[in-house]
Amino acid sequence: MEIPYTVEPRPDTGLANGKLGIWLFLASEVMLFGALFSTYILLRVGAIEWPHGELSVKLGAINTVILICSSVTMVVAWAKLKLNDFAKGRLYVLVTVVLAAVFLVNKYFEYAEHLAKGEGPWHSTFFAIYFTLTGLHGLHIVGGIVVMLYLAGPGAGMWKSNPEQYANRVEYTGLYWHFVDLVWIFLFPVLYLL
Amino acid sequence: MEKTVTGTAHEHGHAHDHAHEELGFWRKYVFSVDHKVIGIQYAITGLLFLLFGFCLMMLMRFQLAYPLHPIPIIGSWFGDAKAPMGIMLPEFYNQLGAMHGTIMVFLGVVPLAVGGFGNFVMPLQIGAPDMAFPKINMMSYWVYFLGGVTMLASFFVPNGAAQSGWTSYPPLSVIAQGGGQTMWLIGMVFLITSSLLGSINFIVTIVQLRAKGLSYMRLPFFVWAQLVTSFLLLLAFPPLEAAGVLQLMDRLAGTSFFLPSGLVVSQKPLTVAGGGNPILWQHLFWFLAHPEVYVLILPAMGIVSEIIANNTRKPLWGYRALVYAIVFLGFMSFIVWAHHMFMTGMGTNISAFFQVTTMIISIPSVVILTALLLSLWGASIRFTTPMLFALAFLPMFGIGGLTGLPLGLAPSDIHLHDTYYVIGHFHYVVAPGTIFALFAGVYYWFPKATGRKMNELMGKIHFWGSFICINCVFMPMFIQGLGGMNRRMYDGGMQYAHNAGLLKWNLMIGFAAWGLGLFQIPFIINFFASIKWGALVDRNPWEATTLEWSAPSPPGHGNFLTEPIVYRGAYEYSVPGAAKDFTPQFEPERA
Repeated sequence: MEIPYTVEPRPDTGLANGKLGIWLFLASEVMLFGALFSTYILLRVGAIEWPHGELSVKLGAINTVILICSSVTMVVAWAKLKLNDFAKGRLYVLVTVVLAAVFLVNKYFEYAEHLAKGEGPWHSTFFAIYFTLTGLHGLHIVGGIVVMLYLAGPGAGMWKSNPEQYANRVEYTGLYWHFVDLVWIFLFPVLYLL
Repeated sequence: MEKTVTGTAHEHGHAHDHAHEELGFWRKYVFSVDHKVIGIQYAITGLLFLLFGFCLMMLMRFQLAYPLHPIPIIGSWFGDAKAPMGIMLPEFYNQLGAMHGTIMVFLGVVPLAVGGFGNFVMPLQIGAPDMAFPKINMMSYWVYFLGGVTMLASFFVPNGAAQSGWTSYPPLSVIAQGGGQTMWLIGMVFLITSSLLGSINFIVTIVQLRAKGLSYMRLPFFVWAQLVTSFLLLLAFPPLEAAGVLQLMDRLAGTSFFLPSGLVVSQKPLTVAGGGNPILWQHLFWFLAHPEVYVLILPAMGIVSEIIANNTRKPLWGYRALVYAIVFLGFMSFIVWAHHMFMTGMGTNISAFFQVTTMIISIPSVVILTALLLSLWGASIRFTTPMLFALAFLPMFGIGGLTGLPLGLAPSDIHLHDTYYVIGHFHYVVAPGTIFALFAGVYYWFPKATGRKMNELMGKIHFWGSFICINCVFMPMFIQGLGGMNRRMYDGGMQYAHNAGLLKWNLMIGFAAWGLGLFQIPFIINFFASIKWGALVDRNPWEATTLEWSAPSPPGHGNFLTEPIVYRGAYEYSVPGAAKDFTPQFEPERA
């Protein structure tokens, strides 16, 4: 038995199953982060005073640049696969993984600095929402790394059996990755600058 | 439309795919990727949880009928921490209450209505070989299973299961001692993840895998109900996931998202940073939990529509109106949540807004109920067991819906809030409403799943007994609630003077509840006995029109023997001039 439209799009909807699936998943992710951003707004509006300048803008800005670069490398990886260049495609997926890892290392230094000063999530509602939002975002980064390592490693065999489906998988992972990037682009000003 | 849907599905040539490879026991029945097996797994697990949740309620009902009496026979099973000498402690009563709600909603009704019926019936009704993502489908069941195990295990940790109500309002839930509440939150994260995986799968399947010729306006109404339900699950559950994460942070990482400054617990100020907001939880919780109400009721409406059309031998009255109403209902269900929060002091302007949206959302509900009622007009009805349950759904849901109106208006809600009236109202919607529809569905699709029919006589005993008992359970609650009896008192509120004349009803409710339990026995026997000894039936025992009846009973892996093609709408019953009183969707036009 074969499920129709796993690779090629259905003519009347113009979509393959996986692409519709990943967009629906992202819609639910918007609701998840939307609820947390709403929480941020409500806590901040209700607070007597809200701390400013607690976070390192420099580290945050570096991480923003890293994530934007990683989104670009992800698109390049997909484009290379579409041009039938598997070696380059896989290379760019791995570059994306490296950039994501650098982001997490930066995040680790940031967390360690605050925890050393006793500014853990228990310290104030600001640090509570900071750790929750960036922690959940960090988990999404980790999830992305796992998927990309799978695509570059054990999952790469699919390029031989079904190259179109493999390129699709990289594309869907890319859509997810852009979303993770986009969340950070909201997080950076909201937590570091405002 | 027919021309545009000609996809490449038929080019794969389903006919030669049906050489079923034999799978081992574990891959065939346990870790199966077949939507029918997963649907049956969901349905049976859901039915077991319904029974378990019902048993929790019978314990509570004994406590209310005979406050401070030892529970007979089984009282000694619970141990001194829960019921010393067999007499229930208030803490145990609270655990039963919280877990009854959680189990019935998240582990019983939704898995049965969406995971069970949705999984089993929907792909068959749209002519698909399986769900769009079979492995994700399997994962969705097992994540749900883990969530269920977590919830059940929480009864055995120190201090027992969660006891802050199924709504888990902070600050009570955050400061609750023991691991029960933490396990509740972790269990909820599992259940939410499972729903999320399921809902993505459902939407993609309905959009992508419809058979050739099956346009949206030819979909059976049940499929529409599942589509709207899936959107509600997809978009409403994530905020509760966020809320669950925040409450976990409050309990484990010492944050104060839901803890205000200056909170005093047991005469001691709480040593937390403060600055949080307990009302925030209520907003996030009800943003899920109101759409959840429609997740409970929409699949039930879908099931009832199928059965009514089939047993009246008439097309559904106003199919298009039903479709538009259910889509509008789904949309509106996202902007009514704060009608659960009139008593929080959130302000009259906000209350006014949510009153208006609440009154608006009653319109599509009434449209659906009216269309189903008018479908009966002039029909020569077949009173089969599924039809009896489906017919009972209409007035039961009607009572549940109409008694909701005074709760949706702030002035009357102030009097009725947190009384037994509320319990009566939402149980009329969910218990004799949804659960009756689910029973109807079990009797109706049982022949498709097993190739055998369930026994009609035992079905009728089950129906009439349940119908009478369940009304004796919930109708007196309106009287108690209008009299002001509070819903959360573990002895029913004996110390309050205004309850004096109302407590006597608890005895009647108790006996009706135990009677209801007894009348489920014919169903359980019938269910298992019919698998083995039920009357053998062919593909289409009810002479129905929708696609699932063109597949063998039970359908093999891949469902259909030839690629199904749809030629007409879903409910072409009693077409003038036709030879039979039903013209199936899959029957080609005659030249």
